[in-house]
Amino acid sequence: MTIANRPSHTPHHLDFATSLTQWEYAPAPESVRPEIAERYGLFINGEFVEPHGSAEPYFPSINPATEAPICEVAQASDADVDAAVRAAREAFPAWAALPAKERGKYLYRIARRIQERARELAVLETIDGGKPIRESRDVDIPLAAAHFFYHAGWADKLRFAFAGREPAPLGVCGQIIPWNFPLLMAAWKLAPALACGNTCVLKPAETTPLTALRLGEICQEVGLPPGVVNIVTGDGRTGAAIVNHPDIDKIAFTGSTEVGKKIASAVAGTGKRLTLELGGKSPNIIFEDASLDQAVEGIVEGIYFNQGHVCCAGSRLFVQESVLDEVVAKLKVRMASLRVGDPLDKNTDIGAINSRAQLDTITRYIDQGRTEGATFHESNGSVLPEAGYWCRPSFFSGVQPSDTVAREEIFGPVLAVLSFRTPEEAITRANNTPYGLAAGVWTDKGSKIFEIASKLKAGIVWLNTYNKFDPASPFGGFKESGFGREGGLQGLRAYVDAH
Amino acid sequence: MIPSSPTVDAVTANRRAAAFQTRSIKTSTKLAGLKLALAMTDLTTLEGKDSPEKVRSLCRKAVRPFERDEEMLGERLPHVAAVCVYPSMVATTREALDNSTQGGGLSSPPSLPKVASVATGFPSGQYPLAVRLRDTEQAIAAGADEIDMVINRGAFLSGRYGIVAEEIREVAAVCDAAAHPAHLKVILETGELETLDNVRRASDIAIANIRDGDFIKTSTGKVSPAATMPVTLVMLEAIRDEYLRSGRHIGMKPAGGIRTAKQSLHYLVMVQETLGHLPETDGCPWLSPELFRFGASSLVNDILRQLVKQATGHYTAAYDFSEA
Repeated sequence: MTIANRPSHTPHHLDFATSLTQWEYAPAPESVRPEIAERYGLFINGEFVEPHGSAEPYFPSINPATEAPICEVAQASDADVDAAVRAAREAFPAWAALPAKERGKYLYRIARRIQERARELAVLETIDGGKPIRESRDVDIPLAAAHFFYHAGWADKLRFAFAGREPAPLGVCGQIIPWNFPLLMAAWKLAPALACGNTCVLKPAETTPLTALRLGEICQEVGLPPGVVNIVTGDGRTGAAIVNHPDIDKIAFTGSTEVGKKIASAVAGTGKRLTLELGGKSPNIIFEDASLDQAVEGIVEGIYFNQGHVCCAGSRLFVQESVLDEVVAKLKVRMASLRVGDPLDKNTDIGAINSRAQLDTITRYIDQGRTEGATFHESNGSVLPEAGYWCRPSFFSGVQPSDTVAREEIFGPVLAVLSFRTPEEAITRANNTPYGLAAGVWTDKGSKIFEIASKLKAGIVWLNTYNKFDPASPFGGFKESGFGREGGLQGLRAYVDAH
Repeated sequence: MIPSSPTVDAVTANRRAAAFQTRSIKTSTKLAGLKLALAMTDLTTLEGKDSPEKVRSLCRKAVRPFERDEEMLGERLPHVAAVCVYPSMVATTREALDNSTQGGGLSSPPSLPKVASVATGFPSGQYPLAVRLRDTEQAIAAGADEIDMVINRGAFLSGRYGIVAEEIREVAAVCDAAAHPAHLKVILETGELETLDNVRRASDIAIANIRDGDFIKTSTGKVSPAATMPVTLVMLEAIRDEYLRSGRHIGMKPAGGIRTAKQSLHYLVMVQETLGHLPETDGCPWLSPELFRFGASSLVNDILRQLVKQATGHYTAAYDFSEA
């Protein structure tokens, strides 16, 4: 007797009275509401001061989930940047001369204070930038603290890191960071610089300055000597003032490749050191022998984490042709379960797009992808709030390698799905990009992992995982994704003169 | 039939399973979830020392989990899904449930919990196939609506998957041939299979050889670890893939180790987010005792405690509820 040929039972023949085919999660908003002042000044020489010399000295910071202004933030002028650089310069000799273990203590204190104020910082990050509280709470803030802890440990061990040499700090570092991981990027920049004995002028992104300003408060709370960390807010003009300031010894920039190229030209010939962490169009490669359900998790982690506002996002998916349909079917089901909406709701997976301008960019790329002939898929049915900047997770199939959506960085929750037949083809296609920041490889076969990873031109290759970050692990790119590393032993090199 | 099975990467599977526990389930969602979990419970007693008295008491609890529900909660709570016993207790269970004067629950006409019997030489299954089939037949004849069978782990672990498949098919045939065909739940005993790769393969073998609406189940409760979230996730993924492949609905029963209301909500979140967004399906058919069960006993009283807390704002002592 074969059961398979029997007429199938309907699944509902047990007649239970209680079932619940629709189980909507009730709103679970984060209850902490940090105090936000009406207006924030610049953090220069250990004090919050008013800006000078700008025609419009303040600009609003917007909550991208509501489009409501949160507060006003200072626009630092050339004069303000100059004051910050002077403060950093004056603070430098004493800071550099401080016994290394004392520098380490300050970093430990900052790390602990970030942990103590974690909830407040997470909520602020979410209000200011639109990322889900789940991520700011579980990823951004803990990692920011971890970076300070990690580098606190290096402060008095630099001579072991650079054995046989005398590592010396560089001086004043101008650091310009993006809006996608505001506090975390500040930590990536400040922690190694301070550990190595440098002083800093940090410029947070125009749209997400609030947590960096809180970090200024934390510097005050831990008694960091004035001028060691200075935080100047503003738009690109402030960034240009930092890059062009003659008394800065090193520029560290994380942001777009376009701006990175301008900075590289501006810095050329000045003697300033430079590290750049720029864009990416990272390949995520799934072989037919991969654990497919987990690989689908990796796709989601890779491209929908932080609304796709991730420089190392796995935005080009390469799936071996034999499993393409299966992977796409699973991906659709998984995508439908992602919850898009209020970033402060603890159950939100995908929050608001960071700004109107970024939403316009993403929308333009989606339109272009459709025009060029790729098929657009959006299986997520979340009801979007009326105000705010939103974009449901989506992907393109039938993408040609020459399509714009397969070549340019979209910086949004939009994935390009491509296929390949042989490992050789996967490598060729994956490397066929001006970028080289990250890559993912999914296979259950150990030998294949090492073979493929060694042939990928990318600064980071994740194997059977994606978007894993750790302060001990160096991060940085090849080609137009920039140069220099952040994190780990390698990251220290960007902040010392070792001779 | 032995289908081919995908591999499972344990690191990511564990991480995914843990992520379900971070969902914040509050207010109306929590209340609805708790009542559903109650209605999904297979109230179980599987002891050598089980007595008719204990089984009758369990049946009363199954029909009316909380005698003072209307007084304390202002509503009648649902009955549990089934009472799960050894074959020797099936007749007692059948009689106790059939004679129940408190039948009703939420539906009209009144419904009753099902009688589920473990069989096939539960828990080890180390008996000749003929004995295991006869065990099944007798349990059904004594009044079981549902049979919880165990797979042949010896055959599975030695790679003789064909034997595992064939035996499941034969038990299913016995369930089907009865005058009142019984539902089948196939216990994989995942604690003995050890790896998630094995869990997935055993799930696929079972699914290929049971009928639409039958269940796969994690554990006997006699082996540690019993049900875990990663194991249940992998089994739910096998169920999802079967739906995507054939449109069949296979049920799922994690059993053993689920003791708290909170845990049960984590499992429901996992069901919702794994099987709640399938093509050509509205909502999640698995959020029903038809297709999802908890094999548990102490779970029921913790759910009741939480329900009382939701309604009154106060926790009650464990002794305020009748023993399960």
